[in-house]
Amino acid sequence: MPASQTVDFDPSRHARLSDQVSLRDEEFGALAYHHGTRRLVFIKSPKLLALLRHLDDFDTVGDALAASVELDERASYGAALGALWRSGLLGE
Amino acid sequence: MSESSLRPRFERGLAAPICLTWELTYACNLACIHCLSSSGRRDPRELTTLEATSLIDEIADMQIFYVNIGGGEPMIRRDFFDLVEHCVARRVGVKFSTNGTRLDRAAARRLAATNYLDVQVSLDGADVATNDQVRGVGSYDAARRAMDNLAGENFGPFKISVVVTRENVAQLDQFASLALHYGAQLRLTRLRPSGRGADVWHELRPTLEQGRWLYRWLLDRPEVLTGDSFFHLSALGAPLEGLNLCGAGRVVCLIDPVGDVYACPFVIHEQFLAGNVRESGFSTVWRDSELFRSLRQPGSAGACASCGSFDACRGGCMAAKFFTGLERTDPDPECVFGHGEAAMAALAPVALSLRPVPAPTHSRRVAVALPAPRERRGTLR
Repeated sequence: MPASQTVDFDPSRHARLSDQVSLRDEEFGALAYHHGTRRLVFIKSPKLLALLRHLDDFDTVGDALAASVELDERASYGAALGALWRSGLLGE
Repeated sequence: MSESSLRPRFERGLAAPICLTWELTYACNLACIHCLSSSGRRDPRELTTLEATSLIDEIADMQIFYVNIGGGEPMIRRDFFDLVEHCVARRVGVKFSTNGTRLDRAAARRLAATNYLDVQVSLDGADVATNDQVRGVGSYDAARRAMDNLAGENFGPFKISVVVTRENVAQLDQFASLALHYGAQLRLTRLRPSGRGADVWHELRPTLEQGRWLYRWLLDRPEVLTGDSFFHLSALGAPLEGLNLCGAGRVVCLIDPVGDVYACPFVIHEQFLAGNVRESGFSTVWRDSELFRSLRQPGSAGACASCGSFDACRGGCMAAKFFTGLERTDPDPECVFGHGEAAMAALAPVALSLRPVPAPTHSRRVAVALPAPRERRGTLR
């Protein structure tokens, strides 16, 4: 069973939603479910949700952040992505 | 991403359930005295394989991530593996509950080879006497054989599912040791006065003191699963793991073997019947049923309005109130402050005659004991 990532989160590298994760739209944002770890995550920020959906379109996480998040919010959204990475929702 | 701040949103309902329970059959080879669904005899109107397969497709289209399959004993259905494998093929995870009697070595091997699958083996006592008193003669040994088979086929961390009763609450550490022995996860759920459980609830439910002890035991062991079962205990202090709300018709519901949709697995009663998947499909029932719409309306705190802990327990379990004759706005019958006891006492003169009778019943008219068990290897008592 895939547990959390062993590689550290690195915004200068590519990341995307894990193949094991399903996203379901909800009024508050979305539910993300990891079929391997059976972990359910509530994504409440529409901006974070859009980031997640489009991560794969960018070469690096940093590029994705630069494209859709204001400068003063990039650190906090980067941290949120880092947390999702560590919980195994994101992969390379 | 705190879960509690989402609670008002959950109480207004989601696009699809987080947790869908699907009882595949009312047929069961056991006759547990607390059975929530009064199972025993197969209902001749049971969904056919084709209907069940279409339902799985609809569940997949609604992006319901996983279903909790139960019964009855789901492994009794001849198409059990076909249905499970269809779920998995459609990326719907399966968590199924079994009494273990049909879980032989070959079945364990097949389960171990399937992804996205969790197995919960039910056990209601850490020893033969305690368990078999509730689940029937031979059921402890059958469950342990099933666990041996799962472990022998390297299934991985299956779950041991325990309904907490007055008799077994003192055995929780033994259950935890048993789970450790198998590399399994322990899952505890609340005894509810639903189905045949109504007949034994007064004698078997944990005492208030045991409830307080259970709360502290659970707080110390966040790894123990509860399916959000004990949120009424969260009134004692820090919230337990989970959403801590009544999810009926909001984030959970039940589909029964004939396709009837109920608000939750613990209220198989016409008053909580939302519709039938045969008539309109599941998504229509989930979205549009009058019952579910009303359950998603902001409720009144009722008798609990003046209690400082209402935000913690939200008034407790709707099913437990209903089957003890209480109103939805009354305190949970097992309210940690004893308000439920008082409410039940006030009802006592009429409650016994007016208490809702769980229906329909599929109980067998005569309970049948399992064949005498064979010797088991590697027991841990």
